[in-house]
Amino acid sequence: MAVIGVGQTAHRSRHDDKTYPELVQQAVVLALEDAGLHPDQIDAVVFSMAQTTFMGVHDADKWAVDYAWARGKPFMRVNSGGASGGSALQAAHDHVASGQYGTVLVVGADRITETPDAQFVLNLIWDPMYEQQVALNTVTMTALAAQRYMHKYGTTEQQYARVVVRARRNAMNNPSAHLKGLIDVDAVMASPRIAWPHKLFDICPRSAGAAAIVLSREDLARERCARPAFINGVAGMSNTVFMGDRMGLQADSDFADFCGLPLAAAECYRQAGITDPMREIQVAEIYDAFSSFHFPQLESLGFCARGTAQYLSDDGEFDLCGQLAVNPSGGTLCSHPIGVTGLVRVAEAARQVMHRAGAMQVPSVRNALATAAGGSSQFFTVTLLGDEPRRHGSAARLSNLSPTRY
Amino acid sequence: MNAASSSLPASSPRVVHDEWRIRYEYPTGEVAARFFDALKERRIVATHCSASGMTYLPPRAYCERSFERCDSTVDAGHEGTIEAATIVSAAFENLPPPPYAIAYVRLDGVSTAMLNFVHGIDLSDVPAAAQRLQPGTRVRVAFVDHPQGQVTDFYYQLT
Repeated sequence: MAVIGVGQTAHRSRHDDKTYPELVQQAVVLALEDAGLHPDQIDAVVFSMAQTTFMGVHDADKWAVDYAWARGKPFMRVNSGGASGGSALQAAHDHVASGQYGTVLVVGADRITETPDAQFVLNLIWDPMYEQQVALNTVTMTALAAQRYMHKYGTTEQQYARVVVRARRNAMNNPSAHLKGLIDVDAVMASPRIAWPHKLFDICPRSAGAAAIVLSREDLARERCARPAFINGVAGMSNTVFMGDRMGLQADSDFADFCGLPLAAAECYRQAGITDPMREIQVAEIYDAFSSFHFPQLESLGFCARGTAQYLSDDGEFDLCGQLAVNPSGGTLCSHPIGVTGLVRVAEAARQVMHRAGAMQVPSVRNALATAAGGSSQFFTVTLLGDEPRRHGSAARLSNLSPTRY
Repeated sequence: MNAASSSLPASSPRVVHDEWRIRYEYPTGEVAARFFDALKERRIVATHCSASGMTYLPPRAYCERSFERCDSTVDAGHEGTIEAATIVSAAFENLPPPPYAIAYVRLDGVSTAMLNFVHGIDLSDVPAAAQRLQPGTRVRVAFVDHPQGQVTDFYYQLT
């Protein structure tokens, strides 16, 4: 099966000209136009949505049904926090792979700035007894992981700053990006401290935006699209909610290392027949809500050995003209509508394969990868898109995978 | 169905102000109740699984390795090792005023790490303080004067 159309609104602080479902609708219109389809040609709709507290309407997916033109069709919401977009894509993929539906629309939107209390909302994602009480939110959670990573591999604040410089520079080619511009390492270093080692510029913006993707069965995709982006691998993996279980001598995974993601990547690569990711994949759209997400994530995806991504980054190997173009769109560091960010990553990867990425286009893309991460650094998805179907196997059962490979 | 802008006359969007006030009554469950009762006696009680050898904080009913019920409790040591730490410099809604430090600490005799505040460290120089809270650093547990049976009854201090 393949992606045959994508749509994305601008990502910015607010869209006061539209309600939440009207923003959803804008992405649907754009994706259907891109696919050249009429709403009647959509068989089912999957809705990508995380916490609904940000925009102050509970379970706003129901509000969006009419606006996504899903009335009279199967409709389901998928939520895995920040990984929702990747998980929604996985559900839509499985809808088509099962043979049940020929064409599926995946859509979602988020609006993080409709409350000034976003990090309070993100404190409330933990249990009320143990972890909510001790100042956890997504900023402190990821700061803890970054401090552990720095200790393990000797990473410096400047190495994280270089990631931010690259992201904002790449985003200048992306008309939808929220933050963009030419900044230097000194500017990142001079931005206010938030939670060690994070400074303000190491952290994503709070964005409002929407995205949509149309998937079709292979025969329909070939009829409707000159250059579809074939979905050759799709995998998701979860880990314990307790980050403290991923530390110490008896831990079976390491909190510093994006544990869980290597399992998802291994499964995705097995399906797609990828054996040498750095050689075979040209673009990675990774979920980088914080600059510290780059190194452990690129290592978990098998692009390089543990502890070495920081040096490849210093050498420019993840620049647009490097060994692997990482986030030509500017990534999550430049635009972060949380509940739909994972879908934006897939959309950007698909556009690269379809040669529809405009000024962001990387030459000669045959394979592009998208990731998402959510929850207590605990949900991970990996999607691999290619210019031809290269599907080597169906999903393996989790029990076939060794737990030691976290 | 057209993404082009509407030909209808423009109007200034309005913003509706709203606030939620929702109350909750959370049960702790039996496993956590035992942990919080023990805190009042200045004890930190973990659960242990004899099948896997894992000892858990926060305590669990079932072991995540063996899938067996945790069959005993163990008093955790009042010293431990930092596994991860951060120093918060920014004010977040409904969280303590900055600066403050938090750390995942693996207490002696326990397999997993538990998050809590680190008190008694100079946080005026953040990079220097971060250096003093590196993974591997030893800390000890201290209790507040009047434990109430909540996780903030105890905190960590450098040894």
